[in-house]
Amino acid sequence: MAKRIDVSGLSAYYGAHKAIDDISMTVEPRSVTAFIGPSGCGKSTFLRTLNRMHEVTPGGRVEGKVMLDDENLYGTNVDPVAVRRTVGMVFQRPNPFPTMSIFDNVAAGLRLNGKYKKAELNDIVERSLKGANLWNEVKDRLNKPGSGLSGGQQQRLCIARAIAVEPDVLLMDEPCSALDPISTLAIEDLIGELKERFTIVIVTHNMQQAARVSDRTAFFNLAAVGQPGKLIELDDTERIFSNPSVQATEDYISGRFG
Amino acid sequence: MSHAIQERPVTVASRPGSLSHARLPRWTPAAIAAGSIAAGIGIGLAAGWHSKIQWGMIAALLFVLITYGLTTKVEGSRQAKDRVATSLVWVCFVLAVVPLLSLAWVTISKGMSVLDGYFLTHSMNGVLDAEAGGGVYHALLGTIEQVGIATLIAAPIGLLTAVYLVEYGGGKLAQAVTFFVDVMTGIPSIVAGLFVLATWNLMLGFGPSGFAGAMALSILMMPVVVRSTEEMLKLVPNELREASLALGIPKWRTILKVVLPTAIGGITTGVMLAVARITGETAPVLLLVFGTKLINPNPFEGAQSSLPLYVYEQFAVGTDAAMARAWGAALVLIAFVMILNLVARGIARWKAPKTAR
Repeated sequence: MAKRIDVSGLSAYYGAHKAIDDISMTVEPRSVTAFIGPSGCGKSTFLRTLNRMHEVTPGGRVEGKVMLDDENLYGTNVDPVAVRRTVGMVFQRPNPFPTMSIFDNVAAGLRLNGKYKKAELNDIVERSLKGANLWNEVKDRLNKPGSGLSGGQQQRLCIARAIAVEPDVLLMDEPCSALDPISTLAIEDLIGELKERFTIVIVTHNMQQAARVSDRTAFFNLAAVGQPGKLIELDDTERIFSNPSVQATEDYISGRFG
Repeated sequence: MSHAIQERPVTVASRPGSLSHARLPRWTPAAIAAGSIAAGIGIGLAAGWHSKIQWGMIAALLFVLITYGLTTKVEGSRQAKDRVATSLVWVCFVLAVVPLLSLAWVTISKGMSVLDGYFLTHSMNGVLDAEAGGGVYHALLGTIEQVGIATLIAAPIGLLTAVYLVEYGGGKLAQAVTFFVDVMTGIPSIVAGLFVLATWNLMLGFGPSGFAGAMALSILMMPVVVRSTEEMLKLVPNELREASLALGIPKWRTILKVVLPTAIGGITTGVMLAVARITGETAPVLLLVFGTKLINPNPFEGAQSSLPLYVYEQFAVGTDAAMARAWGAALVLIAFVMILNLVARGIARWKAPKTAR
């Protein structure tokens, strides 16, 4: 199921402003790739170009190619809705649907996309919640509203919701930045399990987290405020954190930034 | 300079610590209010004024002044400003509530005398002006039908317009729509009535009917629905839209299944407020529905009546029996709008996003 992402010459714009410039990289299947870099360097923007969520922002525009195995996401006849079913996303702040129960939240992606039998849905919801390590905590209150859970549980609910539609790739935009250390640990363990089945890309501001969860790490930087962000280097996480090939990466990682 | 230094210990001595200071007891505002009202009545009686409004103004003025004076003396000037602001808020609240209560009281006390089962279930068929009896059944039926049809026309159009403005709009067209909705908000109801009269009745040649009135009412209702729905949709966090889109759910289903349900409570309240607004409209109904003493359940054919129109007609007749009927109908109208509002609040509370664990 997991697919390789091959990006070449990708630039993204907000109106006339160029947010990221000419990025090319390969994301390996069944692995975790972490994006690190200072705020405003375009990590999140780049992440959102990988499932065509960037163009949802008014004025958002993309140039370049994103190959998912052998299909260009920005090809002429590609349906963004279909892309987003294949490439799922988890956001920075947990955002369960407030009008829906826990069950309905997980089932939302399936139910709003087509018809499913009740028994089939039950199975998928249970499997997804187990996959997100949330089943034991919520199995007795599946019909309670999702917004009643704690922040960490809500985030795992959102992960369950994302994996319920069986995507090939899972994008995570700072999934732990609103969570306490214990919930963060739970999510990080979960990422370790999920990478057996999905290609995972995670944006994080927490360098220890990148070192803990990822196999490969990409460092983004920008020349100055207002300049577009660029990919500085992408390498095995171990190398990035021990012996990076670019000086800027070492400066950033060791806190001598700027 | 030395003067200031000399003064200081005196102030400090009057206060036990720099963080605490003398406070008026908690019942002070109530006591001042009671005193001011008593003084207002006293002054009013002594001066021989008949208008109770003058008594009330004196009382309100005294309330604010005494509060300010007393607090400055005991608590200091900052607290005095705080208390004056608070008391002004209270005075404004009372100013707003007194007419409301007085209106409710007058309507209930004058309307209750005729309001009974007979009044609600009978029309004015064959009832002479000066004669007691008769009822509002035909008017109540007319109001329900006209308002219902107007809502059926205006609510979907208004809702969809708001969805367009918030979810799809952004260009010149959306700006134009917003502008015209604002203009529509300001249309006087008689103009909406004349517009329908000119097109539907004079140009197309239809006679008076409940439907013609409903069309005019829907013109008045539409901008209110658009405005309130727009504000409610804007309150739905963008994150929810993105979460839904990121699951591969198409935009129209996102709007239908995520955005609208999240905002449904507020939208219902907005629609109900618009309904309440048009229920009391008299002018377009007078022009287009014409009024009748008989029960006409068909809103598409022939004259109907409506509650505000009924009140107007009975008031114009002016006999004691007719006046009593006018007050009774006014009470029915107020109760009708109030029940609608309560229902709307109930729906809003029932449908609101749930937060309980």
